[in-house]
Amino acid sequence: MSSGFKTHKNGVVAEFEPAEVSILRSLVSQMLGLVEPGQTSDDPLERALGIGAAEPSSDPVLARLFPSAYEDAEESAEFRRYTEATLRDGKRADAQTMLDTAKPGRSELTTEQAQAWMRSLNDVRLALGTRLEVTEEIHDEIAMMSEDDPRYPAYVTYDWLTYLQDSLVRALW
Amino acid sequence: MTIVWNDPVNLMSYVTYVFQTVFGYSKEKAEKLMMDVHHKGKAVVSSGTREEMERDVQILHSYGLWATLQSDSVK
Repeated sequence: MSSGFKTHKNGVVAEFEPAEVSILRSLVSQMLGLVEPGQTSDDPLERALGIGAAEPSSDPVLARLFPSAYEDAEESAEFRRYTEATLRDGKRADAQTMLDTAKPGRSELTTEQAQAWMRSLNDVRLALGTRLEVTEEIHDEIAMMSEDDPRYPAYVTYDWLTYLQDSLVRALW
Repeated sequence: MTIVWNDPVNLMSYVTYVFQTVFGYSKEKAEKLMMDVHHKGKAVVSSGTREEMERDVQILHSYGLWATLQSDSVK
C-alpha cells in the first residue's frame, strides 16, 4: 500500500518510507521545541496547582495553538491561567507518542496512539499553516506555484500532512 | 455557549470526527455543525453551565479547534 493509514482490528496500521519518518520526526521535534512544558508561575503554591501564564503568546503559532477562550481579556486571562499548562502537557505527550511510535515500514498503532498521532499531525499542520499563512485555496495555490518558488517545499509538505491526517481520520472512523 | 470558528487548517473530516468523539453526536449532527462552521464561519456546538462550557472549550483546544465561550445573555 502507499504511505498512510488503514483500519486494523485493534486500531490502525501505519506504513511509511524511511525518508517520510525522518520528515515526520523532524517536524514533531520542532513542535516539542516550540511548545515548552506547561510554564507555571514563580509562586510555589500556584506551581503545585499547575497555574500558569495569563497572557496569550506574541508568537502567532502559539497564539493559534492556545487561543483565547473569551472576548473579554480578563476572563480570557483567568481561563488561560488554569488551562494552558495542561494543554501544553497534553500536546507534548501526543508529540512524544508520535516520536516513540513512528517507524519505517508497517507498524500497528492502538486507537489511543492513533488519536495522539491525529492530534499531533493537526498541531503540526496548525503551526506550519499559520507560518505559511495558508488559505482554504491552498490546493489551487500549490497547483499554480512554480517548483522554483522558495515556498514550494513547505507547501508540498503541508499538503502531504493534510493527506496523512485525512487518511488517519478515515482509518479511525 | 461554546462556539467553534472556521479556520483554513482544520479538515472537514477531522472537525466532524472531533464533534462526534467529544460530544457523542451522531455523524449527521456532527456533519451539520461542521458545515455550519465552514459556510457560516462559526457554529454553536454545545451549551450549559459556565463550568461545562469551559471544560468543552479546553477539550476542543486540545484537538486544535478554535473554540470560544460566550454567555447566553450577552449575544
